[in-house]
Amino acid sequence: MGEGALAAFQDAFAQALLADDVSAEIANAPPEWAALVRHPAFAVYRNTVTRGLVDAIVANHPAVLHLVGDEWLRAAATVYARRHPPGDPSLLRYGDGFDRFLASFPPAADLRYLADVALLDRAWSDAHGARDDPVVDPATIAALAPERLAGATLVPHAAARWHWSDELPIHALWTRSRRGDADLGDLAWRGEGVLVTRPRDAVEWIAVGRAACAFLDACAHGRPLADAAAAASRADRNADLARLMAMLLDAGAFARLVVDAGR
Amino acid sequence: MTLSPSAGLSLKPEHYADALAAPADARWFEVHPENYLVDGGPRLAWLGAIRARHPLSLHSVSLSLAADEPPDAGRVARLARLVARFEPAIVSEHLAWSAWRGSYVPDLLPFPRTRAALDRIAANVSIVQDALGRTIAIENPSHYLPVPGHEQDEIAFLSELARRTGCRLLLDVNNVYVSARNLGFAAEAYVDAFPGDDVAEIHLAGHRADPSLGEGLLVDSHDAPVASAVWALYERLIARIGPRPTLVERDDALPGFATLDAERARAQAVLTRANARAPEPVT
Repeated sequence: MGEGALAAFQDAFAQALLADDVSAEIANAPPEWAALVRHPAFAVYRNTVTRGLVDAIVANHPAVLHLVGDEWLRAAATVYARRHPPGDPSLLRYGDGFDRFLASFPPAADLRYLADVALLDRAWSDAHGARDDPVVDPATIAALAPERLAGATLVPHAAARWHWSDELPIHALWTRSRRGDADLGDLAWRGEGVLVTRPRDAVEWIAVGRAACAFLDACAHGRPLADAAAAASRADRNADLARLMAMLLDAGAFARLVVDAGR
Repeated sequence: MTLSPSAGLSLKPEHYADALAAPADARWFEVHPENYLVDGGPRLAWLGAIRARHPLSLHSVSLSLAADEPPDAGRVARLARLVARFEPAIVSEHLAWSAWRGSYVPDLLPFPRTRAALDRIAANVSIVQDALGRTIAIENPSHYLPVPGHEQDEIAFLSELARRTGCRLLLDVNNVYVSARNLGFAAEAYVDAFPGDDVAEIHLAGHRADPSLGEGLLVDSHDAPVASAVWALYERLIARIGPRPTLVERDDALPGFATLDAERARAQAVLTRANARAPEPVT
């Protein structure tokens, strides 16, 4: 083989590995590569690659698995894997964008909650492997004078993920699916939010409201607490801000309190 | 830390507590670094706790050294951070490719063993060894089909790679058996010809017949106990080259820790017998 032959081999091999239809892939290939791909054992490589990626999607989405079953999820994951092979060799978090894929996957059209459930499964994986941040002690907030608190910022914990759904009881749905609860019959179909954290060594989550999610969004954008509180009040004018902050601090949503030295 | 020529086990999250509690008598554990490329959390905490009691080996599957491109710099840097943190006794990779033009596939893929490929792979091994500040061991992969265009056999290729880069070799005896059956060569002849002085580690694993093609195609599935024919090849190898660190690999259909540890003990018994036979070192 001459210069660049290895690259050409790898181009052809990689394409045939993930192709939906191998025979179409080799129609224009040089005869020796067509023979390679046509060899019955080439299927071992195709199967190993697809199974490895599909296994990762299934392992990373236990709540989705509970809702749709193994056969359905494997079929969907096979389509996803062929379109979106990973860029990162760590398959612990393979499936970035799987929620968006499900949202536009025709067989999931009647399962309008599935994308949100996948998003939270992903949030769990993110939280599990996130940096070991410290957790803000609520006492440091309590000790701060109100005027300094207004200008301070709370930096979300590296493991904190939150999601609000206007229409779905996503906290109840995801919690029951994660637990493998067979009975999803008596859900109240109204909007809910979830905050996923890992304040110590285990991933935890709680139900949160629209106001808490707006507060966390503002904090994530580096806004001072006065702005975050205003955003929370806009999202829900009945929000009890003191209780909301206490709940988020208790859940371990924040890694640092930054007090502006100039104020 | 160097590894005594003892027997180790693949480590899976299901066995963390058992591994931590296992007696430290020369037991070592091997993990895929890809499963620890996280920023924090319980996986790294477990690995740290186990590493505090047992030697560790990092067996990489994603550096893609046989790709016709340099290994991804970010991937190498992340491996280097893991190596610096856990100070493994051995770091290894495969004579294969698994990433190409930005996409990763979870498999160890074949290539034509040409002179140009050897130049590329030697350069890639050197990039990784320079980044890690240590030598790595390169493993013979399993083969399933004849690849056109080979200019060298695998043993000559690996020997020259070791000579040019200073890398060590990892001889997977199950891969030899599977490849020999699939490609039609004699596994004993391969094991007998493998350069013993370069072998830093040995792998033993289970395989199974392909579900559609049957016994004519063996798959390196890592989901079954080590086959008796592979044990026989292993004993033949150890009798020739002497004891080496030996891993019992299991990635799928995971049995209880005690069952796997009994397989590890069988490898340890082979090594212990070989040690007893070894002549006293000349002083």
